[in-house]
Amino acid sequence: MGKSYQTIAFYPEKCDGCNRCIEACAEFHSGEANPAHSRIKLAEDTENGSFAVSLCRQCGEPRCVMDCPAGALKKDMDTGVVRWDESKCVSCQLCTLACPYGGITYNPVIDQVMKCDFCDGDPVCVKACPRGALELKTGSDIYNGWGDLEDLFVPGVSACLGCNSELLIRHTLRRIGPNTVVATPPGCIPGVGAVGFNGVTATKTPVFHPLLTNTAAMLAGIRRYYNRIGRDVTMLAFAGDGGTADVGFQSLSGAAERGEQMIFICVDNEGYMNTGVQRSSTTPYGAWTSTTPVGAVLRGKTRDSKYMPLIMVMHNCEYVATASMTFMEDYYAKLEKAIEAAKRGMAYIHVFSPCPTGWRFPPSKLIEVGRKAVETNMVPLWEFDYQTGELSFDYPVDNPLPLEEYLSLVGKFRHLDKNQIEHLKETAALRIEILKGIAKTKK
Amino acid sequence: MSQSTYLIIGSSHAGLSALKAIRIEDTEGSITLVTQEDTLPYSPTILPYVISGQVDPEQIFLRDGDDLDRYRVIFRKGARVVAVDSDNHAVALSSGETLKYEKMLLATGAEPTLPPIPGLKEASCHVLRTLGDALRLQSAAQEAKSAIILGAGLIGMHAAENLAKAGVQITIVEALPRVLPGYFDERAAGLVQRAFTEHDIKILTGSTVTHMAASNNACTVSLDSGVELSGDLLLVATGVKPRMDYLAGSGIDAGDGIVVDDTMRTSSRDIWAAGDVAEARNFFGGKKRVDATIPNAVEQGRIAGMDMAGDPTASPFAGGLPVNTYRFFENHSFSVGMSVVPDSEEGVEVDLIFQPTSMQYQKLVFEGDRLVGVSGINTGLDPGIMWQLIQRRIGLGKMKRRLAAFPLDTGRILMCRMWR
Repeated sequence: MGKSYQTIAFYPEKCDGCNRCIEACAEFHSGEANPAHSRIKLAEDTENGSFAVSLCRQCGEPRCVMDCPAGALKKDMDTGVVRWDESKCVSCQLCTLACPYGGITYNPVIDQVMKCDFCDGDPVCVKACPRGALELKTGSDIYNGWGDLEDLFVPGVSACLGCNSELLIRHTLRRIGPNTVVATPPGCIPGVGAVGFNGVTATKTPVFHPLLTNTAAMLAGIRRYYNRIGRDVTMLAFAGDGGTADVGFQSLSGAAERGEQMIFICVDNEGYMNTGVQRSSTTPYGAWTSTTPVGAVLRGKTRDSKYMPLIMVMHNCEYVATASMTFMEDYYAKLEKAIEAAKRGMAYIHVFSPCPTGWRFPPSKLIEVGRKAVETNMVPLWEFDYQTGELSFDYPVDNPLPLEEYLSLVGKFRHLDKNQIEHLKETAALRIEILKGIAKTKK
Repeated sequence: MSQSTYLIIGSSHAGLSALKAIRIEDTEGSITLVTQEDTLPYSPTILPYVISGQVDPEQIFLRDGDDLDRYRVIFRKGARVVAVDSDNHAVALSSGETLKYEKMLLATGAEPTLPPIPGLKEASCHVLRTLGDALRLQSAAQEAKSAIILGAGLIGMHAAENLAKAGVQITIVEALPRVLPGYFDERAAGLVQRAFTEHDIKILTGSTVTHMAASNNACTVSLDSGVELSGDLLLVATGVKPRMDYLAGSGIDAGDGIVVDDTMRTSSRDIWAAGDVAEARNFFGGKKRVDATIPNAVEQGRIAGMDMAGDPTASPFAGGLPVNTYRFFENHSFSVGMSVVPDSEEGVEVDLIFQPTSMQYQKLVFEGDRLVGVSGINTGLDPGIMWQLIQRRIGLGKMKRRLAAFPLDTGRILMCRMWR
C-alpha cells in the first residue's frame, strides 16, 4: 500500500501577517531572526488583505528532484520530505526554476538555495503561529497504520461506481481482522459477490449468507458454539436497512435483548437498492423511491423514517453508534469500541450509507454527500456506552448548515417543496433534541 | 536476445523522467534502460563542476543502484545503439546484440558539433558532453596554463569559469556580438561579460576563426580581425546537435531532431522521442524546434512515459520555450520565454530595471496582459513562478502593473490564487 505523509496546511483566512512563522523558521535554521533565512515566505495581497504563502509542498512527484543535475535533491520515502544535500549541490538553481510554488529559493546571505525540511518532523512555524493559520496534518499517520493492515476483501467485486459499502467492508475487515465470521443477508453486499461467485468468496474470512430474517440469530448460535469449544471468534454482520430494521428486525431485536456477542453493522442506504430502489422503513420522508414515486399526487415518501439506532439503545446494547465513511477516523475509533463491547454483548453500528445509483448523485460526490448529511444534522454522529450510560456527540450539532445544502446534492430529494423541506428540518431538529435529552441523563 | 515491454535508450533526464512516469502507471511491465556510458546515470550539466574539482566525479550520479532496483528496471551500461528496425521492434547494439521491445523511447540526447574551420580536424581539441570528456579536460587543465574556448553559450561559459577556477588563463571566442545570445539581450549579456572580464577572462565577441594550427601540445587560432591567439588547450563549445546517427534507414522522420507529436510519438507507431534529441512543438507557435534544456527534457520524458504506458491522465505537450538558470561567479540569473526581444519590438511591452553599477537586471516582456518573457540577474525572483505565469498564459488584467512593480510578491499572490 502506498504511503501517505504529514503536511503543513495553511488557512489564509486566519493569517494576519504577524511573521512569527518566518522568524521561528529563520531562528531554527540559522540561529538568527533574519527573514532571509526563512523557508516560509508570506506576501500580502493588498486587494483583499489576505496573505499568500510560499512553502515547499513536499510534492509527491517533485519536479525539483527530476530537474536537479547534481542528484542533490531526493524525496525521502519514509517521511515524504524532499531532502536537499548540501554536499552535492552545485548551486545551479535549476530547482528554483522547476518549482511552481516558490518552495525552494535562493538565499543571498548564505549564497545557497534553501527549502523546508520539516524541522525533523515537528515544524517550528506551526508551533509559532498564534492564530492556527498553519496546521500540521498528521492524518497520514493513522492512514499508514491502517494501510499496513491486510485488506481482507478481494479486488474486482462488482459494486457500482462510488459504492459506499465496498469502502465500508474493506476498512472494517482491515481493522477487525481474519479471526472473524461474517454474515451478510440478501442485499447489495452479497450481490456484489461478497458471499461467493463461481465457487470463491470475496472475503478472506469465513463468510455466509443467512436469510434476510435470521442474520442475528444465526450469528448468535455460531458464537455460542465457539464459546462452548473455547475459541474467541468475532461475529460480524453487514446487513442493509432491510435486513436490520425491516425484515431482519425480529431476530436482531431478540439477539440484542439477550445480549448476544456480536458486531452488527447496519449499512443504511435508506431503501432496497439491490432489488430496484424500493422504500424501506429508514427511507426519509419525501424521498423518491420506485415505490414512493413523484407524480401529480404522490411527492415521494409520506412517512418519516424509523430512527433505528435509538431503538437499539433501548435494547440495552453494550454499544450503539452512528457513523459515516466520510468521517473515517471517527469510524475507526468506533470500531475499536465495538470490538471491546462485542466481547460482552451486542455492539451495533448504524452506518449512513449514501448510494450514488439509487439516490441519483454522481459517484464522485459520495464523500461530500456524507459530509453534508452530518454537517446539516440530517445524520448526527453519536455513540452510546451502556456501561457508563452516556450518549455523546462526535461531531458538533449546535450550528448545523442549512439542510438544503445536503438535499440539493441528492437526486431523490430534488422535487421537494418548501413544506416538505420544512418537515424534514423539524424531524431532524426533534431528533437532536431527543438525543440531547438522553445525553443529559447519566446513570 | 532480450525482450522488454519498454525500452528506454538514454539514461539522463528525459530517460529517467520517462522511467518514473511508466512505473507510476504500469507496475508490472518489463523496462530496459540503456546507456552508451559506462556509469550510472548522470547529467551533462554537472560536468563543468567536475573540471574545477567542485564535485567529485564519483558523486555526480542522478540515481544509484538501489533507486534503479526500486523501479525494477534492467539497466544496461556501455550499450550503444547503432540501428533501429522498427518493423521488427528491435534495435542493434554496437556489440552486435539485438534488443527487442514493444514500445521504445529514444532519449539519446545531443553531441557536440565541430564548426568547419580549416585546421580544426588536425588540432587536438576538447569537447564537453560526457564524463569522459570532462575527465580528459580536467587532466589537460592540470598541465595547461592557458586555454582557448570557442563559443560563449552555456557550456562554453560554464567551462570557462570552472577552468579559470582551476587556475587556467582563458580566452573565449564568440562569433555572435554577445555572450549567451539565446537567453539574454545585449544589456544583460554585457553584465555577464563584465563579470568575466573582472575575473581576468578575455571574451572576444563578433570574432570568427579563419583557421587554426596545432604545434607541440599547443594550438594557434587566427581570427578574422587578424589577431592570433595561442593556448595550451582548445575547447570547442560552439553548439550541440541531436545524436540520431542510428536512425539511418529506419524511416523515422527527422529534421533538426527526431520529429515528434504532442505526445512525443515519432512517425513510427511504437517509438517515442524526448529531450535534447526531439524536435517538438514550439510554445510560441511556428516551426517545431529542439529545446536542449533540462526542464524541457524532464517534461517531454514524463509525457512520453505516460503515453507509452497508456496513462489516462496524460495531457499533451504545451510546447518548448527557452528556460534556464545561470550562475556565474557570485551572481545568479535566469531567463524564461521571449526575453531577448528588443525593447522596440512590435506588439510587446518591455518593463526594465537596469542597474549596471549594482549588477542588477530585470526584464519583463508582456504581450497584451500576458507575461511572455522574463529574465533577471541578481533579482531574487522565483523563476518557477514566473515560468508558470508564462506557461499557463495567465491573463493578468489589472495585476499586470503590480507584477511589473512588485514581481516577487505579486508572483506569489498570483500563484496562490491560480494554482496553489
